[in-house]
Amino acid sequence: MAESFTPPIRLTRRHLLGASLTGIVLSRPAIPRAQESPIRIGFPVPLTGPYATEAQDQVRCAQLAVDEFNASGGLNGRRAELLARDDKLNPGEAATRTLELIEKDKVDFIVGSLSASVQLAVNNVARQRNVIYNSISQSDQIDALPDWSRTTFHEAMTPHMTAGAVGRYAFGKYGKRVVFLSADYAYGAEMVAGFKAAGAPLGIEVLAELKHPLGTTDFSTLMPRIAALKPDILCLCNFGRDQQIAVKQATDFGLKRTTRIVIPVILYTARLAAGPQAYEGVVGGTSYYWGIESSVPSAKAFNDRYRHAYDGKVPSDYGALGYAGVRAVLAGAARAGTTATDKVVAALEGMKYDFYKGAETYRACDHQAVQSLFIVESKSKDMSGPADVFSVLATDPANEASLLSCSAEGHAS
Amino acid sequence: MSGVSPDLLALQVFAGLALGAVYVLLATGMSLIFGMLTVVNFAHGAFYMLGAYLGLLALDATGNFWAALVLAPLGAAAIGMVAERTLIRRLYGRGIDYPLLLTFGLAYILVELVRIAFGTQGLPFDTPDALAGAVDIGVGYFPLYRLFVIAVTILVLGALWLFLERTPYGLIIRAGARDPEIVRVLGIDVARVWLVVFGLGTGIAGLAGLLAAPLQGASPEMGNSILAEAFVVTVVGGMGSLLGAVAAGLLVGLVVSMTALVAPEMEQVAIFALMALVLLVRPQGFFGRAGLMS
Repeated sequence: MAESFTPPIRLTRRHLLGASLTGIVLSRPAIPRAQESPIRIGFPVPLTGPYATEAQDQVRCAQLAVDEFNASGGLNGRRAELLARDDKLNPGEAATRTLELIEKDKVDFIVGSLSASVQLAVNNVARQRNVIYNSISQSDQIDALPDWSRTTFHEAMTPHMTAGAVGRYAFGKYGKRVVFLSADYAYGAEMVAGFKAAGAPLGIEVLAELKHPLGTTDFSTLMPRIAALKPDILCLCNFGRDQQIAVKQATDFGLKRTTRIVIPVILYTARLAAGPQAYEGVVGGTSYYWGIESSVPSAKAFNDRYRHAYDGKVPSDYGALGYAGVRAVLAGAARAGTTATDKVVAALEGMKYDFYKGAETYRACDHQAVQSLFIVESKSKDMSGPADVFSVLATDPANEASLLSCSAEGHAS
Repeated sequence: MSGVSPDLLALQVFAGLALGAVYVLLATGMSLIFGMLTVVNFAHGAFYMLGAYLGLLALDATGNFWAALVLAPLGAAAIGMVAERTLIRRLYGRGIDYPLLLTFGLAYILVELVRIAFGTQGLPFDTPDALAGAVDIGVGYFPLYRLFVIAVTILVLGALWLFLERTPYGLIIRAGARDPEIVRVLGIDVARVWLVVFGLGTGIAGLAGLLAAPLQGASPEMGNSILAEAFVVTVVGGMGSLLGAVAAGLLVGLVVSMTALVAPEMEQVAIFALMALVLLVRPQGFFGRAGLMS
């Protein structure tokens, strides 16, 4: 990146002085009505590191929601503004960025994060300062006491919902002898727990429970043992590049001969990076796949706006959550007619909406978005284009019964 | 641990050897560069990653994996030689920290350039058709491609040994490592020897990266984690010792593989525990000369 460091016009002190004076004069008329300051949404996501691809799509989608809100006139003329920050997938970094967003940038809402532990850190900071936080990544813990607070909302699904829906589908269809391979952190553990809860009434038999460190690049040492157990199902409870490499290497070891690979959250982005050969026949759950647009009008509308804004591409699953998360708090502000925390919380509680994937609602007790989940299978042939990667096998409809009960999460029901 | 059959154990050994093969290649290149130039090459992981991406480019241009197998290491070697000529050469004789810091920075630059050129997401790298799938090796199914990786490693090590021990040029390289001044007095251009050695080391790293690409795909960060493991192998084998790199690479592969049988989540820890143990008993590593780092 050879860039010239000489500015095209030589800047002198006089230039700068002149420029800042002009700025003061021009910005003057905007000052009197404080009410017209924009609605600021802080958006901490891991823009660098292993989930950068997903995070950057979250920003693209979130920006889309902001642009739509502004195009439709905003809140009585108040425009919205997105402040994306890099949380580096690190709880400490995320807490610092969130604190800055609240104290320095005076944001009205926080939306974001792409990891279970990071969202808990963000939530902790936001709730202490009475700022609404809408999380867009999976976690069971955030819905439950003591982490949850009245300002906490959860647009993403929970591992209990995801693994439950995928488990009920897979255990009934592919068999009951199961091996779990999970990433050794909160996400993996919550997913395995979700699968077991769904599998218990179906009588599944757990042959082995293997864990691997986060960021593993080689799974070859685990594959012979899994192959020797000949399970009906291999549940891969990991994410991002870990998932992509694990699927590829399981395929290389010929596991698909005897075993169906099932993934609670099958990522559009990981599938693109690993290619059709590796993911062939893999079944998983997703909160969103652009292909549902053939039957869901709001998905069609969302995809079209995304295509229009970003060179005909389609949004990813986690990206779409960024859209829904931001649009939700803006819709709450619009309903409340203000950005005051208490009024927006009241407006969001029990709100029914259909932004991009069919009907959703925020359950009153824990502010969890009750929503549908799609079971998809990865394609390797008859693809109409590079984005045509999954076929939708089933839809697990939005149903409160799929969630952990309010009392199990420690809420008074 | 219940249910560990002899067959499974044998397969596990194979998995460990295949894993070790990639470590061996990386550590060999690293050890070669350190042994001859006393440069601790922190950009070695980046050259490994470059090998994978150059392989993708070659595959795109030629459509032939075998062509990529030749072109990618050559490309990595060429980039390595440019880096040696323009950057690293200036720091010879200045103490071990200078080139270490330089290559550390170089690694960041190379990774960032690849992110800009190819995206952060990583790209798929399919196993070549002729080597795809798993074959029954008597004790169970094993991926054909991993057997191929073991075979290529053996070939490369054999060729390297012949080159260093049986050719006049190899003789000059070994002599240059032992006493560059005398070699220079004999009228030999030592600077060219160093250039070739650095190119050879980074070329082998590029080959390792290309070989790894069908196993895990290509991603800008693929060299970061394996760099730490390659260092462990180099240190355990003895800095600068090629024989040590081979022995330690295979040993680390086997330790990882056997740990996976008992406690997969401890794989990473086991590598470093092994290093700590070896360094306690034998601070210079298996075949290292004592006092080389000081």
